[in-house]
Amino acid sequence: MSETAAIPDARARAAERKAPRGKSFADHALVQLTIVRFRETLREPEALFWIFAFPILLAAGLGIAFRNRPAEVLKIATVTPALTQSLEREKLLAVEQLVPHAAEEALRTGKVALLVLAGSNGSVVYRYDDTNPEGRTARMLADRAVQQTAGRVDPVSTNEVLMREPGSRYIDFLIPGLLGMNLMGSAIWGMGFTVVDARRKKLLKRLIATPMPKPYFLLSYVFSRILMLVAEVGIVLGFGAWIFHVPVRGSLLDLALVCLLGSLAFSALGLLLASRAKTIEAASGLMNAVMLPMWIASGVFFSAQRFPDVVQPLIKALPLTAAIDALRANMLQGASLVQLAPQMAVLGAWLLVCFVLALRLFRWR
Amino acid sequence: MRDPAPRAALRVTGLRKAYQDVVAVNGLDLEVCAGECFGLLGPNGAGKTTTVEICEGLTAPDSGEVELLGMHWNSDAKQLRQRLGIQLQDTQLSEKLTVFETLRLFRSFFEQGPGAAEAIALVQLEEKKNSRVGNLSGGQKQRLALACALVGDPDFLFLDEPTTGLDPQARRQLWELIEQFKSSGRTILLTTHYMDEAQRLCERVAIMDNGKQIALGSPGELIASTCAEHMVAFSAGANAPALDVPALRRIEGVRDVRSENGTVEMQVTELHLAVPALLAELARQCIPLTELSTHSATLEDVFVALTGRHLRDD
Repeated sequence: MSETAAIPDARARAAERKAPRGKSFADHALVQLTIVRFRETLREPEALFWIFAFPILLAAGLGIAFRNRPAEVLKIATVTPALTQSLEREKLLAVEQLVPHAAEEALRTGKVALLVLAGSNGSVVYRYDDTNPEGRTARMLADRAVQQTAGRVDPVSTNEVLMREPGSRYIDFLIPGLLGMNLMGSAIWGMGFTVVDARRKKLLKRLIATPMPKPYFLLSYVFSRILMLVAEVGIVLGFGAWIFHVPVRGSLLDLALVCLLGSLAFSALGLLLASRAKTIEAASGLMNAVMLPMWIASGVFFSAQRFPDVVQPLIKALPLTAAIDALRANMLQGASLVQLAPQMAVLGAWLLVCFVLALRLFRWR
Repeated sequence: MRDPAPRAALRVTGLRKAYQDVVAVNGLDLEVCAGECFGLLGPNGAGKTTTVEICEGLTAPDSGEVELLGMHWNSDAKQLRQRLGIQLQDTQLSEKLTVFETLRLFRSFFEQGPGAAEAIALVQLEEKKNSRVGNLSGGQKQRLALACALVGDPDFLFLDEPTTGLDPQARRQLWELIEQFKSSGRTILLTTHYMDEAQRLCERVAIMDNGKQIALGSPGELIASTCAEHMVAFSAGANAPALDVPALRRIEGVRDVRSENGTVEMQVTELHLAVPALLAELARQCIPLTELSTHSATLEDVFVALTGRHLRDD
């Protein structure tokens, strides 16, 4: 045993303590924390998939599903040769002549959008489902053909100019929505899961047992988030521009600022959601409960305007609505930052409130 | 001016901490001298970890004083953190990072101390320098945790159950490392429920039970003051007649006899006299022996003598 070993006087050890040496930039605590955060994210293949591959796959899938196609030919059915003949004038209709019960069956099962029958006294009967847009369109086209066959002459001559330019298609609407959704998802998951996991593993407790300045820990998350943000936004926008020619009409700097503020607001929300939870299950339940309403209501896939007017103020106050509205206004309408002030104010408010609350509630253990 | 290294590196007085339904620490006084390795011993739930975490400034006590390296948590936390090395019970370090990256991170929090590579050498993990933490064995993880506690070149080292859950070989390896650091003048406070660990590493130990200190001294002193030098244990066959315990107590050199689960334990001062006498007495009582063993008394025996319970009831 070491009772016999000479124990150097602790005073001598204390005297040995030199003034702190200058450390290289890379060995600064904040830099190390940020690098470590960044490394941990990059080494998590699942996280990388959700952040980078998922939005691209989603955009590609939806872009293909909703691509602009030449107007579709609608299928309709008749039971008399005379009607068939007159309806065939219309190029956008595919007319099928059937026996009566087969025609009824075809309409009922949706194989045809419209059934045209001869009524009494030379009138024509249209049978269709008026809640089905295809049915309504088919009826208009069929009626035009029937009337023109009967000798109607349109009093006004018309000309058509077709518009299929980038900026007004569904994919143009979708890409900013996906970008907003991605900003929210990666910030909240990135923040929430890692903080809760570190708390569960008592790593947070271990860190505060060192001289690490506590704000550095949170700042490192912010900095690594910003680094990831550049890649995330770049990939989604680049993909949209390259494959679908989705435009960015506003200033890129403004767009970057919107993304930055949005990501910070969502990170603060993620931090708030993760401030107490001790298990991943509890945290993910909380995060999904917060994100799900926004996925639905904030206009990722369809316009938030479709919801009733009563709830519009509520929807507009959601951070994801603000982020997506701002992104769309910048990218599609070329709106300036000044015009985006209301959305930026909403995001700023979320950032402030969530961050202050999170700091108050945050548990290191 | 504060003396940077007072004789008592840690002084705890009247410490009390209660959680909702249990009193974890109930009026504890401790004094750890500079340069010694002090062991805090006790069964699970004795209040060791709570005590250590209060000393580490991670938990606030309900009442009581902690003076550490002449400083106090409420006024000198920042300086204190720089001078402490802390190993917590079951911290899981980030599995995605390598050993080197982990230590470089921890090193960045401290103003001075060995570099990451140096710390890796201290705990003999050179081969695993670039391995992910997730791929380390239990013993290697504990050595990494120890290295994380050492990167700040601490004056005071807290080790909370450093070898719990390790296999015997890994434990011995860790003990050797801790012994090396002891000789460099650091003060160590170690908690453990392994008596052999305390006996091997600690100059002095305090035995805790139910939030209180029930014994204090060097392992040798504690053994000498509470039990005899040797322990004799035997068990009789299942069909043996009832044992006449008072007769055993009367044997010369026997200090105490305890019977538990069919095993009889006796504290004995002079083994060479007591064992033949015991055998003769058992023969007289017509009791067949199925097992007989002797060992030098340990801190475990001290704990049993003091509380009537074994340290590890698992």
